[in-house]
Amino acid sequence: MALKIVKGSIDRMFDKNLQDLVRGIRNHKEDEAKYISTCIDEIKQELKQDNIAVKANAVCKLTYLQMLGYDVSWAAFNIVEVMSSSKFTYKRIGYLAASQCFHEGTDVIMLTTNQIRKDLSSPNQYDTGVALTGLSCFVTPDLARDLANDIMTLMSHTKPYIRKKAVLIMYKVFLKYPESLRPAFPRLKEKLEDPDPGVQSAAVNVICELARRNPKNYLSLAPLFFKLMTSSTNNWVLIKIIKLFGALTPLEPRLGKKLIEPLTNLIHSTSAMSLLYECVNTVIAVLISLSSGMPNHSASIQLCVQKLRILIEDSDQNLKYLGLLAMSKILKTHPKSVQSHKDLILQCLDDKDESIRLRALDLLYGMVSKKNLMEIVKKLMLHVDKAEGTTYRDELLTKIIDICSQSNYQYITNFEWYISILVELTRLEGTRHGHLIASQMLDVAIRVKAIRAFAVAQMAMLLDNAHLLTGNMQRNGICEVLYAAAWICGEFSEHLEDPNQTLEAMLRPKVATLPGHIQAVYVQNAAKLFATVLRKHEGATDSQAAQETSQLLVERLPLFVQSANLEVQERASCILQLVKYIQKLQQKDVEVAEEVSALFAGELNPVAPKAQKKVPVPEGLDLDAWINEPPSESESEDEKPKAVFAKEETKHSRPRHTEVDEKELARRREARKQEQANNPFYIKSSPSSQKVYQDAPGVEHIPVVQIDLSVPLKVPGMPMSDQYLKLEEERRQKEKAEKKKKEKKKKREKHGKGKKHDSGPESEEDITPAHHVDIVTEEMPENALPSDDDDKDPNDPHKALDIDLDNLLSGTNCRPLADTEKLPVRTHRSEPLKSPGEDGDVESVPQEPKKRSSKEKKEKKKDKDKDRKKSKEEKKKKKKHKHDAEDEPAELPAEEPVKSEETNEVATPPTSTSAEASDLDFWLSSTPVAPTAKEVAAPAPAPAPAPETSLAAAPDSEADEPKDAEPEEKCSKHKKKKQKKEKEKEEKKEKKKKRHHHHHHHSDGGEDSVQNGTMEEEEPLPPMSNYCLLAENSYIKMVYDIQGNLQDGSQVVVSVIFENKSDSFLKSMEFNVLDSLNSKLQRPEGAGPHDGLVVPFQLPPGVSNEARFIFSVQSIVMPQKLKGTLTFIVKSEDSSTHEKLDFKLHFTCTSYLITTPCYSDAYAKLLESGDLKSSSLRLEGVNMPFHHLLARICFHHHFSVVERIDSCASMYSRSIQGHHVCLLVKTADQTVSIDAKCDEPSLLGNVLDEIKQTFSQC
Amino acid sequence: MIKAILIFNNHGKPRLIRFYQYFAEDMQQQIIRETFHLVSKRDDNVCNFLEGGSLIGGSDYKLIYRHYATLYFVFCVDSSESELGILDLIQVSVIIVNVCFHVQVFVETLDKCFENVCELDLIFHMDKVHYILQEVVMGGMVLETNMNEIVAQVELQNRMEKSEGGLSAAPARAVSAVKNMNLPEIPRNINIGDINIKVPSLSPF
Repeated sequence: MALKIVKGSIDRMFDKNLQDLVRGIRNHKEDEAKYISTCIDEIKQELKQDNIAVKANAVCKLTYLQMLGYDVSWAAFNIVEVMSSSKFTYKRIGYLAASQCFHEGTDVIMLTTNQIRKDLSSPNQYDTGVALTGLSCFVTPDLARDLANDIMTLMSHTKPYIRKKAVLIMYKVFLKYPESLRPAFPRLKEKLEDPDPGVQSAAVNVICELARRNPKNYLSLAPLFFKLMTSSTNNWVLIKIIKLFGALTPLEPRLGKKLIEPLTNLIHSTSAMSLLYECVNTVIAVLISLSSGMPNHSASIQLCVQKLRILIEDSDQNLKYLGLLAMSKILKTHPKSVQSHKDLILQCLDDKDESIRLRALDLLYGMVSKKNLMEIVKKLMLHVDKAEGTTYRDELLTKIIDICSQSNYQYITNFEWYISILVELTRLEGTRHGHLIASQMLDVAIRVKAIRAFAVAQMAMLLDNAHLLTGNMQRNGICEVLYAAAWICGEFSEHLEDPNQTLEAMLRPKVATLPGHIQAVYVQNAAKLFATVLRKHEGATDSQAAQETSQLLVERLPLFVQSANLEVQERASCILQLVKYIQKLQQKDVEVAEEVSALFAGELNPVAPKAQKKVPVPEGLDLDAWINEPPSESESEDEKPKAVFAKEETKHSRPRHTEVDEKELARRREARKQEQANNPFYIKSSPSSQKVYQDAPGVEHIPVVQIDLSVPLKVPGMPMSDQYLKLEEERRQKEKAEKKKKEKKKKREKHGKGKKHDSGPESEEDITPAHHVDIVTEEMPENALPSDDDDKDPNDPHKALDIDLDNLLSGTNCRPLADTEKLPVRTHRSEPLKSPGEDGDVESVPQEPKKRSSKEKKEKKKDKDKDRKKSKEEKKKKKKHKHDAEDEPAELPAEEPVKSEETNEVATPPTSTSAEASDLDFWLSSTPVAPTAKEVAAPAPAPAPAPETSLAAAPDSEADEPKDAEPEEKCSKHKKKKQKKEKEKEEKKEKKKKRHHHHHHHSDGGEDSVQNGTMEEEEPLPPMSNYCLLAENSYIKMVYDIQGNLQDGSQVVVSVIFENKSDSFLKSMEFNVLDSLNSKLQRPEGAGPHDGLVVPFQLPPGVSNEARFIFSVQSIVMPQKLKGTLTFIVKSEDSSTHEKLDFKLHFTCTSYLITTPCYSDAYAKLLESGDLKSSSLRLEGVNMPFHHLLARICFHHHFSVVERIDSCASMYSRSIQGHHVCLLVKTADQTVSIDAKCDEPSLLGNVLDEIKQTFSQC
Repeated sequence: MIKAILIFNNHGKPRLIRFYQYFAEDMQQQIIRETFHLVSKRDDNVCNFLEGGSLIGGSDYKLIYRHYATLYFVFCVDSSESELGILDLIQVSVIIVNVCFHVQVFVETLDKCFENVCELDLIFHMDKVHYILQEVVMGGMVLETNMNEIVAQVELQNRMEKSEGGLSAAPARAVSAVKNMNLPEIPRNINIGDINIKVPSLSPF
């Protein structure tokens, strides 16, 4: 035995390790595959040994081979063996290998559940860490379900290293096991405020990832994220949050308004380009979400564009690229501000970097106007000639076409020019986009009637010109244009100068090398041409020429009859027989032209894509109505068919509806209209889509186009689009001159070719098109409904995560977790109590080996204990569950008081709004954080909002309601403050109602509850601000707000906004405070106790910015005041002076309180505990709605509402040092009584005094 | 989300691959080839972002890469990641790899002189580099960006491995030292910015 071990270790000495394997592979470059196969054989031998070290070594080598592309799934079981080794070294190797090659299809994964669970609960944090890391790569739905609970426990692990990994992996668990989201979410949310920055960052990461896919469920977290954004210094976290806000703003425009200010500040202050860029991006998203044209946001746009310009001008290609990328987002909503940087963007077209050129191309799309289109396209054509890579050239080609054809050829003033461009593009060889050019040619020729003669001439030339036929047909996609050319020449052959010649060109033998579908078109259109030729010769007595043409066809067509392509063959033989028959008739001198032409008579009209689908439901047909009684409820959920039936089908059901009486019909119609109007997925038909010329059948309905031909139609060789540029310029010059003379009309009569007057309206840019062209709209059924198909991927894994979390978050009225939503808790088999759901789960866990079972038992018990410490909600839930099953008397008393507390006031079911949702509403309705110049200048009068803040908010609301805001009102803004206030209030109310109305259709449950609750009748909350004036002189104004530090019980953060009121530059600002024994300003290390702190920014004239200062405090039970000074240098153009400003910082007791949510059961326990001293307060004559009152207490004094029942509410807050403060607020007849309890009586007394003061100011 | 991390050399040879979404081995190799093809034909003075390849990702995904002397570091990420942030992250990872492999003392001054990476470190210690990367990115999400924290965690784990005797315990190491002597000279010049450092042994592990 001993010998065997020795032998084993000697063997081991000569085993290859990873380095040897790598070295070996490098030394066998010629026969690598062979060498590796011998290595794999060795590895297989090694894996058979008992020694775990040898196995681990082998698995390590396999990981390397996996990277080289070798399938190592055959060793999956050995990998599991190595994973379960007790040594960290081997375990790590095993998990690495597993993370590289395990996936959902790997069957041994189900064997790992218990091993992983063991590792997760290992006392060694690195075992746990390695298991979490590995699991994050190969988690399956089964693993996620079985381990969700264990991972959730780890989220509260003592070590931040484990916490952050556990938090992060929860995202993967959610993806695989969506049911775990609801139970795990409260804890995840808790982790947003974890003291460890790594854990916090992980939580932000996970929530951002979740919210990105289903943003509406996470709107209620906005205030929390907002707080994080203004307090975090970690750029990674900031970027994530800012990106998240970018996703949230489209759902809630008010959020955007609130964001603009802090984001602009960040843009000004940050030095990190990545952060700057994301800020700009989100500001853009905000601006997009807000209705455009808001006067007070143009500054933000300018700021963004200006910052982006700096990025684009940077020598760093990466910044340039990103700058262009962001610019293209602005372009969509604010094209004007981007257009002013045209020079820069055109410059980027010449960049050596292809990605940058492509980005610049994207931008060009939005920069064209009638004025510059030709110029820009000319520049692009130059690039097309220069471009070496085909991908870039193809991209250019599509962009040219995109640019020209956008919004129905809006910017094209001269279609001859456009056709010439298209023809020029056909000279590109090897492009993939032949069909694109072809479809453009067809589209223009069909829809722009005036251009047909010119187009036909050009197409005839293309057909005649051999260059498209040369080269490899299969590779050369450009031959597609011949399809268009042949069709145009055939269809509009009456415009051909020499149809004979074109016919001859179309029947050349070389045509047979073209792809089949093109040949087919050739053959068909040859017949059309033939008809034209016949007709031409009919009148003249020149029967010889006609017969020659027939002969030509008879000679050439057999080539096509032999074609391998069925379509070509069929058409050719058909037409050949026809021609032969005609030939016979011709020989008898019968006039046939009329009949042959009749074959191809009639005009083809362009039909819009999806036109069929968009035929609307005719009046009176109610597709929702049941023909018979509905069979069952469930089927009514089927999606309502939306106007997908064609007219023929609808005819069948018409007679039935005539029986329905008129009234009923009208009612239904009205209801349907109402529903359509309210349904956001039902896109209302725009008036433009009704531009259909249905009443006039035939050709007449295509608007007759007047051509003002200033360009002679003789085409020498290939057209040069450049000449149009010159002509265009000349023409514009001429027109200008004409205008000056004001002889426009006369001139036209002279100029025109005897056609009708061109009396089209002048374009805004004073450019009249060379040919006033009416573009035929594509045909659409009457009242067509432009609707886009719902293109959500049903297989998207994130769909399952679209779970309403608001209810869960909102304390009292939460929808309890359903049984199915409870995470499976591992229960032992011997346990008497089991829920059915759990039962099933236990079953699915694979049986473990017997020898481990005793150990496992212990472990399970331990786990069970841990599970008990789960979040309160869940506990409660569980308890309830247990009551049902067996009644646990020990737990009962604890629960009883909660219930009584909840219900003793009123017996009615709680109708109060979802706290979280109303919190959000409240948060959003308050004014932006940064105050305006006049803020806090005067005390706020009673129920109305402070005049200053209302002024600040005024422009916003006005912009929202431009119709309501009368111009008169605007100019007398300052004089009629009071009037204004009322007006604004009304407006707000209206706005609010509107919003509700709007939301009704796509909001989730959370918002619905707002609507169904009391909020609707209640008045909107007035804007509030916590910032109060610190000091002010003629140069600078300071306002401040104090907030407790969440993470440190002895710190408060003072946020001071400095605003430069002067016309000079303020710099070298130094902030200093005279410390007291109790409160000290935190200074950097090394600074003396009397040194000032440098404010980290300078202030240009009129700019404000915010700085934060941290103070450490010892006792928080008393308010106190600190004296301080701000010194700064005022720098004007010629001089600079030192200035100073004294101030007094007032630390109220309120500022030591932190808004902390509290669940009602915990609240009840707290009150029961008897540790709290009570005190009370009565306020008389408070004349404001109760919810305003609560909002004020919440906002100004950092409380949160625990529960509200009618005119009574319990509130909670916590001090930074952990004192609990509980309030019971009741109101009746303008009297408010506040009963308060706190474990620190003097703190409570001071807080109550401050509350009193707040309301005495009102 | 990060979808994949690929490290390959100037010839397209993979040095480390990590997919956060399952692909079969042959597909992985195809992706590496395609990515290499896309990235290698770009000049060094063009931008470091590429709209994704056809095999991996799609329109929402971007390739963000950095090119060091002989190696390409490519991250395939979706739109939830900050482009510039990921570029920084690559830089951070490279510095950490250097720190862990070569110098363990003067972390503070590293930003300047360890901006390049030695291919040999990756060739022979792919597993170690994996362990380092695991502390930076987990399951496709950025786990930690604080350099000191990452280095500390990696060090602690390595120390633990050492205390267990390591994978190739003493005897095996002696043998491989003997084997080493017969091998052709392996280039040991490591290009670290402008400074060339002769590294005495291949691995301090």
